[in-house]
Amino acid sequence: MKALGIILAGGSSETLSDYPNKSIAALPVGGSYRTIDFTMSNMTNSGVNKVAVITQYSSRSLLDHLSSAKWWDLGRKQGGLFVFTPYITNDNPFGYRGTADAMYRNISFLKRSNEPFVIIASGKHVYKIDFNDVLEYHQQKQADITIIYKEANYEKPSNYGVMVLDENKRLIEFEEKPLEPQTNIISLGIYVIPRTLLIKLLEDVVAENRYDFVNDVIIRYRKKLKIYGYPFEGYWRCIRSIQSFFDINMDFLNKDVRDLFCKQYPYIATKVMDEPPAKFNISSSTKNCIVGGGSILNGYVENAVLFRKVFTGSYSFIKNAIIMDGSYIGNNCYLEYVVLDKEVVVSDGRKLVGSKKNPIFLEKGSVI
Amino acid sequence: MRKREIISMILAGGHGTRLGILTKHLAKPAVTFGGKYRIIDFVLSNCINSDIDTVGVLTQYEPLKLNQHIGIGIPWDLDRKTGGVTILPPYIKEGQGAWYSGTANAIYQNIKFIEEYNPEYVLILSGDHIYKMDYSKMLEYHKQKEADATIAVLEVPIEEAHHFGIMNTNEEDRIVEFEEKPREPRSNLASMGIYIFNWNKLKQVLIEDNEYHPDSDFGKHIIPRMIHNEDRLFAYRFNSYWKDVGTIESYWQANMELIETLPSFNLYEEFWKFYTNLDHQPPQYVGEVADVKRSILSEGSEVYGNVYSSVLGSGVIIEEGATVRDSIIMAGTIVQSGSVLNRCIVSENCFIGKNVIIGEGENIANFEKPDIYHTGITVVGDQTTVPDNVWIGKNCVVYGNTKFSDYNNGRLESGQSLILEGEES
Repeated sequence: MKALGIILAGGSSETLSDYPNKSIAALPVGGSYRTIDFTMSNMTNSGVNKVAVITQYSSRSLLDHLSSAKWWDLGRKQGGLFVFTPYITNDNPFGYRGTADAMYRNISFLKRSNEPFVIIASGKHVYKIDFNDVLEYHQQKQADITIIYKEANYEKPSNYGVMVLDENKRLIEFEEKPLEPQTNIISLGIYVIPRTLLIKLLEDVVAENRYDFVNDVIIRYRKKLKIYGYPFEGYWRCIRSIQSFFDINMDFLNKDVRDLFCKQYPYIATKVMDEPPAKFNISSSTKNCIVGGGSILNGYVENAVLFRKVFTGSYSFIKNAIIMDGSYIGNNCYLEYVVLDKEVVVSDGRKLVGSKKNPIFLEKGSVI
Repeated sequence: MRKREIISMILAGGHGTRLGILTKHLAKPAVTFGGKYRIIDFVLSNCINSDIDTVGVLTQYEPLKLNQHIGIGIPWDLDRKTGGVTILPPYIKEGQGAWYSGTANAIYQNIKFIEEYNPEYVLILSGDHIYKMDYSKMLEYHKQKEADATIAVLEVPIEEAHHFGIMNTNEEDRIVEFEEKPREPRSNLASMGIYIFNWNKLKQVLIEDNEYHPDSDFGKHIIPRMIHNEDRLFAYRFNSYWKDVGTIESYWQANMELIETLPSFNLYEEFWKFYTNLDHQPPQYVGEVADVKRSILSEGSEVYGNVYSSVLGSGVIIEEGATVRDSIIMAGTIVQSGSVLNRCIVSENCFIGKNVIIGEGENIANFEKPDIYHTGITVVGDQTTVPDNVWIGKNCVVYGNTKFSDYNNGRLESGQSLILEGEES
């Protein structure tokens, strides 16, 4: 394969804005998956056999998820999965100081490789792409760097890097989270770059005590290098907050989204959990729901995403909810617009009602 | 030298003829069970959960699916540098080829494989059974009794004992006599086909018996010979769930038990998981107008219609307006709108068209194979297509890429079979 992959999955911007202790890459999506599975699978499904995941904040649950590389077919002698967390040395007592620094601190990984290209991606996106198309485009344009972009529709451009492209899709201007965006073309933070060029740029910027890939490489070199945009038109979502986490999970109740990720080859791979089938007991009633393996249902559930091993008691009413792995809902409960993190216990008879714009979130292991 | 205290040998070459069309293209251990599993998953999982990491699987009848399923053993953590899982098909030896001609003969032919691991004990298992058992406890018992062989036994109702191999024991549970399907049973301890042998002893007996019985069988030859030799054989009493799903009816019944609110066989135990091989794990989905009750759904199955008292395999799709009741629908099967399925077993990757009725009418036993299909269950073989608007009765068998014209005015009356050979797609 011509490219190796780097997934940036643990910077401070990779945690939920409203719950900074939660790493986005490890958040469950669509009943079966974790967010990082989408990018990991995009890489391996595109034939990228060597993938480095760089992480530092709240990485325990992510490391647990990545504890074996075999689910993504990355348990290999040639290539495979590399996980890089920051380590402290006498002359560098810091964690990663930015995305460029995170890659620079693992520059030996890049130097010891021989793949001509590097795909840099984020661990917080939900999408499906064939990177071979991007690589081909990159070579066709004879680009130095290719940035995957989309035209913002429901996204607010001011939350993203906003690009101005010429008629050949060459980058002219790039503004990070501008207050007054000039266009609606937003960078998805996914890049293709030749490996040797990346090594040189990282060495140059870090020597000047600059550490951020967007500000110090893309924006600073936007004129000097030939940077092109690659248009992406499919489903793409970025998890930032509980609200977007809620919305993206709800998207999986939509058949097109489910078919894209769950039914159409190539599939999204995830850690195998070996749960038994989901069980629907006689008192249960289920409408428009995703139900993960090992769940046992006795109550009423509508418009909800239930992950694995969820239990709902008799005469419970659950609507518009995201319930993560191992949560227990007792009898006679009433839940609407809620997000329950893993292993939450809702005692018999509890009532919790959030709103569409502000779903109630209960943290991992809460007992109410 | 490599050394394992115990290794396990799983007999997985059986045809399972009484399962009819279900074993047309695969060995009985490869038949799916409980939605997402295959029958052999239960013994393989029991092995790894009992800390046995070296397993030989002896295959013979239609091994392709089984080979694919087991692979290098990743789902069971049996991909090991030393040991792990090894598929052992019969092979040609100098001057002659030899099929496995009996259960003990199959082990006899693999003495060299076992010797590679130089084990103290060998655990002989059948790949046909569904149960949860910690073999390490049985091994402990075996050592404590200083036995040459220990045979797991189940207490069965005495009136059913004549269906089984029965152990007659003394007060210490030492086996003094073995009777295969006795007309007048004197004990109700039925052999479960699970044996632990001291390997040196078994090897000697296998070699000895091979002189007399080229089709050497554990129940018929090895155990009686060891009793005759006054070896120390003990019965290990097992009091939990164990099923040999040997017939269409018992297979259906055992699946249906899983949908009980408190099933006698618990798949949901955290520290005794059953593992299987699925290529991906999409979630289950239940649609807006769907109704699902008393049922279990496996990964990636989608229900838009009605499913009652049924077991659905992975990737099954039940379209809106279809109703499935008291049925087993195996992986990858699609049931289109307007169809009504009652008390039937639909094998893997079938396509049931629109407005198909299955399992109605009179309960007439199958004309060709009344001994296999007689309890009202209609069975659809794997990769079968059933066209729109077809009516199929009870105890029917349907197999192949069938077209409307293959049916008599669109009807297959109870007890009839429609098997199209050579039209596998």
